Amino acid sequence: MASNTSQGSEGGLALDPMHQFEISRIIPIKFGSIDASFTNSSLWMVLTVIAVSALLLLGSKRIVPTRLQSVGEMIYEFISNMVRDTMGDEGRKFFPFILTLFCFILGANMLGLFALPVLLHPFTVTSHIIVTFALAALVWVGATVYGFYKHGFGYLKLFAPSGTPPVMLPLLVPIEIISYLSRPVSLSVRLFANMMAGHTMLKVFATFVVALGWAGIVPLAVMVGFTGLEVLIAFLQAFVFAILSCMYINDALHPSH
Amino acid sequence: MPQLIVADFLPQLIWLAITFGALYYIISRLAIPKIGSAIEQRHGRIAADIAEASRLKEDTEKAIETYEAALAEARANAHAIVSENRAQMTAEINKEAAALDERLSKQLAEAEVSIAKTRDAAMAQVTGIAQDTTEAIVTELLGKKPTKAAVSSAVSSAAKG
Repeated sequence: MASNTSQGSEGGLALDPMHQFEISRIIPIKFGSIDASFTNSSLWMVLTVIAVSALLLLGSKRIVPTRLQSVGEMIYEFISNMVRDTMGDEGRKFFPFILTLFCFILGANMLGLFALPVLLHPFTVTSHIIVTFALAALVWVGATVYGFYKHGFGYLKLFAPSGTPPVMLPLLVPIEIISYLSRPVSLSVRLFANMMAGHTMLKVFATFVVALGWAGIVPLAVMVGFTGLEVLIAFLQAFVFAILSCMYINDALHPSH
Repeated sequence: MPQLIVADFLPQLIWLAITFGALYYIISRLAIPKIGSAIEQRHGRIAADIAEASRLKEDTEKAIETYEAALAEARANAHAIVSENRAQMTAEINKEAAALDERLSKQLAEAEVSIAKTRDAAMAQVTGIAQDTTEAIVTELLGKKPTKAAVSSAVSSAAKG
C-alpha cells in the first residue's frame, strides 16, 4: 500500500479532475492487519482541528470583543440558538456535540478551498463518502440509541404521529420507517456530493484556464465567482448538517411530534 | 472514483475518530467555557449597567418628588402665614375701630349732655331776660310796673305759643 503514495503525480494531475480526491499515505502505520496510516486526509483533519481550535481559543475575552473573538462568539451563539430553537432546553447537553460537528464540517469544507501549491495538495476531508457517512451514522445511531434509552418502546411512537387516522397507519408507518432509515444516507450523501461536485467543477475549469491560453481569462473569471459560491456552499452544508442533526436528536428527545 | 476504494476507508475512519474526538474535547472543555463565560460576563455587565441606570433614574424621580413635596409644603406654610396674619390684622383693626367707635360715641354723648345743659341754662336765662324785658317794656308803655306773676304767665304763654 505504501508504494501507492506517489501514484499519478504531475502527469495525470492536470487532466484528471478526480485526482484531488485520492488518498495518499504520508506515514504508513499498521497494527497487524489494521491500516491506521497517516494519510493526506488525516493531515487535513488535523489541520481542521488546529484551525478551529485556534479560531475559538485564541480570541481574547474582552467585554468589547476583538474581531477574532467576535467570530468565535458568533459561531457559538449561532449554534447555541439553533440548539435551543430546535431541541429546547433539554437539548442543551448536546450543544458541545453539535458545535463540534458544525465546526469540524465547516473547517474541513473551508480548508478544502485553500490551495497551497507545492507545500500541500488541497484536500477536502468531507468530499469522501466514508467520512460524511461516519459522521451521519454517529448522529443517527446516537439519536436512535438515546431515543430507546430515554423512552423505551415509546420511541416507536415516532413512526405513528399522533392525530393520524387509524386507517392511514398501514400506509404511513412504512413511509415513516423508510424515511427514518434513509436519514443517515441522505445526510451523508448531501454533504459528500456537494463537496465533491464543487471541487470537481473547480478543477475542470482550472484545466480550461491552462488549456485556453489567453482566452483562459474567461474560465478564470468564472472560477473566481464560483469560488465565492463554494464558500457559501461550504457554510450552508455545515449548517444543514448541523440543523438536521439537531432535528434527529430532537426526535429522540420528543418522539411524539 | 477514489472515494470508493475500500482499502482507504479504515485509515480515514480511525483518523476521523481521533481528530473528531480531540476537537470535541477541545470545544467542550476549553472553547465553550471560555466563550460562554465571556458572553455571560458581557450580559452580566450590560444587565448591571441597566440596573444601575434604572436605580439612578429612580433616585432622580425620588429627588424630584421630595423637592415637589417640599415646595408644596412651603407654599402651604406661606398660605397659612398670610391668612393668619390677615386674620390677626383684621381682628386688630376691628378692635381698634370698635374702641374708636366707643370713644367717639362716649364723646358724642358727653357733648350732647353738655349741649343740653348749656341749652337748658340758656333757656332758663332766656325766660329771665324775657320777663325782665317784658317788665321793662310794659313799665315803659303803661307807666307802671306789672306784677311778677302776670309777667311770668304772659312770658310762658308766649313761649308756648
